Amino acid sequence: MKAMILKEFRELRRDRRTMAMLIILPIVLLTIFGYAANFTVDSIPTRVIGPGAEQVAANAPDLFDIGEVDADATTDDALTWMQDNDTEVVIDTTTQPPTAYVDGASLFTAQSASAAFGRMGDQVQVDILYNPDLDTSWVMVPALIGLILTFIGTIITSIGLVKERQTGTLEQLAVMPLRPADVIVGKIAPYFLLASFDMLVVTLLGVWIFDVPFNGNPWLFALGAGIFLFVVLGLGVLISTASQTQAQAIQLAIMMLLPQILLSGFIFPLDAMPTAIAAIGRCLPLTYFVEIAQGIFLRGAGLEALWLPYAVLTGMALLVFSAAVLRFRRDLAPSAHHRAKAKAA
Amino acid sequence: MTAWGVSDLTVERGGHMSLAGVSMAVEPGEIVAVVGGDGAGKTTLLRTLAGAIRPAAGEVSAPALERIGFMPTAAGVWRDLSVDENIAFVAAAHGLSGNVLEERRAALLKGAGLESATSRLARNLSGGMRQKLAFSLAMLHRPDLLILDEPSTGVDPVSRVDLWRMVSLAASQGAAVVMATTYLDEAERAHRVLVLNGGSVLLDGTPADVLDGVPGHVVAADAPGDPERTWRRGRRYRVWSPEEPPAGTARVADIEDAVVAAAIAKGA
Repeated sequence: MKAMILKEFRELRRDRRTMAMLIILPIVLLTIFGYAANFTVDSIPTRVIGPGAEQVAANAPDLFDIGEVDADATTDDALTWMQDNDTEVVIDTTTQPPTAYVDGASLFTAQSASAAFGRMGDQVQVDILYNPDLDTSWVMVPALIGLILTFIGTIITSIGLVKERQTGTLEQLAVMPLRPADVIVGKIAPYFLLASFDMLVVTLLGVWIFDVPFNGNPWLFALGAGIFLFVVLGLGVLISTASQTQAQAIQLAIMMLLPQILLSGFIFPLDAMPTAIAAIGRCLPLTYFVEIAQGIFLRGAGLEALWLPYAVLTGMALLVFSAAVLRFRRDLAPSAHHRAKAKAA
Repeated sequence: MTAWGVSDLTVERGGHMSLAGVSMAVEPGEIVAVVGGDGAGKTTLLRTLAGAIRPAAGEVSAPALERIGFMPTAAGVWRDLSVDENIAFVAAAHGLSGNVLEERRAALLKGAGLESATSRLARNLSGGMRQKLAFSLAMLHRPDLLILDEPSTGVDPVSRVDLWRMVSLAASQGAAVVMATTYLDEAERAHRVLVLNGGSVLLDGTPADVLDGVPGHVVAADAPGDPERTWRRGRRYRVWSPEEPPAGTARVADIEDAVVAAAIAKGA
């Protein structure tokens, strides 16, 4: 038995990925859960408008982080800010009593704001926009689409690509008269199409079963999903280039998937996280897809409101996909000698 | 006739030298068997010749990828595709279609004994059938240079015979064949044998040249002698001696003895 235990430890010591999962992952999870697993929002970005703005702003509870006080702004301005996601709450004093517009798409923020306004009694009437019943599924379904795309893009794609290496056929492809681009596109296109089909099914089922409203432009959403898919497919390809076996690919993919689930604002609100943890969340592609999906589904937001997540995702797609293609190409591209001859032939 | 091969080839992998100054040539219609122990550099040589590894130094002379057929160690068939689907994929990659493909497909399937297994998934084929399918895929486009990395390793004796027949047929039809093998009886049937040891050429030439090229001579014995110079063959022993063989006697009996004796002589 002693020999068996010793052998197991020796093998584990040399299996760096498993060691990383055993040692680093618990520490990372503890840190993330300790700091990020917080449903309580302590600070809500708020604007106050109308003739009584100064007075209301001065008396607002500390929970509301008053960013702008504009006595001249109108109710239309308030609704535009909300749709563009410029703020979470607008207190409109053009009505009596003042109306607090709350962004129901930010579920936990809206719940905190709603509770705070409730404690103020009749002083403020609350109008929860986009998700009036604060239905969890309305917020979750758009984000779940991103999670499903991430799952297919990273885990399924990397497994499919590594299988080619594991069975020795990648070696075969490398010496067949196929351009690296043919192989890469040929390998990725089926996953892109399947993930797109999954996205369509989940979107339709979400709308049909959970009555999630789809208020925005479907083509804009498809564009965002397509860009996001390039990012996660790129991650899948990158994982495959760093893995020799399917088990290794799954390990790496899980290590990439977990932070996205926990820190993208999908479960725990980014506003409730410490700045440093939220900053990590801001580096993850799912964070921006969640912003896009919730914005289009619930707020009916357009590109003018969502240009930033679109721009960041596009940048990530270019960066990750290029790196993935270059690394995959390195595995495939035979020596220049044969290429030169092939061109001449 | 164009000879393909490598000249003074050096390959470095993972910080150590896998091949050092290796030269090898193969002409159309010829079979060159590359033999050697584990880590000798057989696969590295074949993969470099196929263009999958960039050498650190030396020359590689090979046709364009379209004219190379390569069978890697791990069979090189797509296990979740059927026999027919494997052939269709490789044919498409090589731009084969119509009657040319049909004739080629029928001939190779017949030669491989796979006519009745065309709809079976490659993963459900026996090891020997899978190797023969891989060989058929490598041969599908009638390559000028056929590179086979241990095609018969782990294959049953009957399938080995079939495979060797297919290799011989390919050579007789004009392909230059370079084949790594761990079976020295197969090497004896090749036109030329290249023996690698630790990334260097130990012996090179026709099977007869290789037997003659071993320094000293080997004798059979019933009891082991100097453990540094003795090895077992069946129930008896072989002992290598650095002295010239007595007149009229052979240096070694076969390629297996030649490979072992040459390795001992190099270290002596």
